[in-house]
Amino acid sequence: MAAPVNSVGKTSADRLQVNCTSFQKKTRSKLISIPGTRPSVQNGQLLVSTGVTSLDYLLGGGLAVGTVLLIEEDRFDSYSRMILKYFLAEGVVCRHELFVATAQDNPDEILQELPAPILDDVAVPKPVEQPRLTGEPQDSLDAMKIAWRYQNLPKVQSALASSSRFGHYYDVSKTMEAEIRQAAKCHRFYLPDHITPSSAAHRVESYSALLKSLQEVIHREGFDLATPMSKSRNILRVGLHSLGSALWGDDLCCHDKPRYSHALTTFLYGLRALLRSSLSVAVVTLPSHLIQDRTLMGNITRLCDNAIALESFKGSERETNPLYKDYHGLLYVRQVPHLNCLARQLPDHKDLAFKLKRKQFSIERLHLPPDLSETVSRVSRGEPVGVASACGSGASGTKNLDF
Amino acid sequence: MFTELNSILSASPDSFTQEEFILVSDRQSDASFLIHHFLSFYLRARCKVCFLGLVQSFCHYSAVSQRLGVSLTQAKEKGQLVFFEGLKECLSVLIPNKNNVESEAMNFLRDPPVGLRSLYEFVHSSVIGSGSMEEGAEQWGPSVLLVDDLSVLLSLGVDVGAVLDFSHYCKALVCSQMQGNMVMLVRCNGEDDDLDGDEGSEVLLKGLTHQCNLNLHVQGLPTGYCKDIHGQMEVCWKRRQGDAPHMQKKLFQYKVHDKGASFFARGTSSAVL
Repeated sequence: MAAPVNSVGKTSADRLQVNCTSFQKKTRSKLISIPGTRPSVQNGQLLVSTGVTSLDYLLGGGLAVGTVLLIEEDRFDSYSRMILKYFLAEGVVCRHELFVATAQDNPDEILQELPAPILDDVAVPKPVEQPRLTGEPQDSLDAMKIAWRYQNLPKVQSALASSSRFGHYYDVSKTMEAEIRQAAKCHRFYLPDHITPSSAAHRVESYSALLKSLQEVIHREGFDLATPMSKSRNILRVGLHSLGSALWGDDLCCHDKPRYSHALTTFLYGLRALLRSSLSVAVVTLPSHLIQDRTLMGNITRLCDNAIALESFKGSERETNPLYKDYHGLLYVRQVPHLNCLARQLPDHKDLAFKLKRKQFSIERLHLPPDLSETVSRVSRGEPVGVASACGSGASGTKNLDF
Repeated sequence: MFTELNSILSASPDSFTQEEFILVSDRQSDASFLIHHFLSFYLRARCKVCFLGLVQSFCHYSAVSQRLGVSLTQAKEKGQLVFFEGLKECLSVLIPNKNNVESEAMNFLRDPPVGLRSLYEFVHSSVIGSGSMEEGAEQWGPSVLLVDDLSVLLSLGVDVGAVLDFSHYCKALVCSQMQGNMVMLVRCNGEDDDLDGDEGSEVLLKGLTHQCNLNLHVQGLPTGYCKDIHGQMEVCWKRRQGDAPHMQKKLFQYKVHDKGASFFARGTSSAVL
């Protein structure tokens, strides 16, 4: 969402006022530049980096200020926690303020595990070229004779990376030094400090306590758009870990038909209301694999703006599958928002896989390696990728019809 | 306002059917672009519009309407548009504060079994309330109610029966009593044949489809995800010809772009031809 900016052509009512939210188009005049943000090239929203450059590219350049990113956790909460740590580490490096809320581990534990930033310049990985189709002549790619439909399509880029550098790289094997971490202001919300787990009020009140605490921080620290504009504005990065798990007092993960199914959705509605009216951005992780009710997941996804789901191969039979040997898991884009405009920035491809390398968390288009074995056996195809069928994608077929 | 959609519906800002309940529904897709169309259409047609924007902020609707050529802030100042911003009002209920006055219309957030009576009373006061106009105030056309969207009320804990009652009361008020139009958006999640899917929103969709005069149902393509064609839209008219009700259905594919949406017959997308 765009930073509040006075635009040239708009009426005075569009300028920053008490009842306006921070979704506002940014134009040339009087720019308030907040460190660590940049305007989107598509529609002028103010974007922040998630800390993972491939994820920024997937979300259309970055995470828009005032929106929520929902991450459906993988089974052991390893990679979703990693993305949350990248997000918070990026906030530390850009000198934003942080707000971390957990019910399970103390927020300080997450903050001590933040990856160390690589502060000197790192080369941007070059895109991998797809091996040429067998029908093409080697020398003249300009005029394709057989695969002429592919003439106008761009060369396939496996690694998703944007050309201009926005966001930083982190070294996962080292943790961030204490001096860098303590330079950033961090607000913590640890649920057992606010509500005793065994009290009767726990079930319904944990989310409202969190919402109230978040609103207090926003008002007190001046992230609210209603406060008069001063010279320096900053962004508040909100990280909510494992929302919807049983430790928040919710029975979404415990029962098929939960009794208080609307507690989390009401919280997400209130969170959206808070974020739209302040300079903040939130990343929420949710153990969706524990929620049996698919329609509830649909409601939760609709109340968040961006939504991705992670599925890691750890512990499943796909870990040893030769098809997936280069990757650590699959990534699904569940929802992309349209903010302040009609069109949304849909991803090019829907079958994506991720791998966590030491210096980079890369998200790539899932390629099947060419089947070069002497004896092509149909049995060893392995489990099909559980992805929505995409027109013209190279995903593995579930059918035995192979052309 | 999308010109192709106007020609499909045979409507224009100068002449459109009145007393109509238009239901915009979607299944695993997003039909909110149609709400933006109807908002700019009725504002251009100089109707008095009451808009319940429950899911997005005012600036979002305002920015999109600007691209479609209509200024929401001006309409609000002139009194043509009554805008209810659900997100802003909900905070006063969700985080009660001694200083702030609690918003009446959203009190179902605090206590869902209460139902949507207060919200209906807000609609009633904004639609009827133009009775006491000052001298020289502009005369607007028939009243129109737009709701974006009804399914979020279900996810906030309101009962399906209460939502159906609310829509029935609004229809009786806006369509029958005030001879205006009503447009509501309903979003569904599950597959058509998913029996143990979401009963609440399926019941709501069926009930509203029965009540409506015109249904625009938006879905994804049955063949899968495509970047150039964003989905298909089924238009279903219910008319009475003589004594017998007559239903007419048409299917289009659409693509949403920056300044509007284009609709075309199946298979005639410019990406394919």
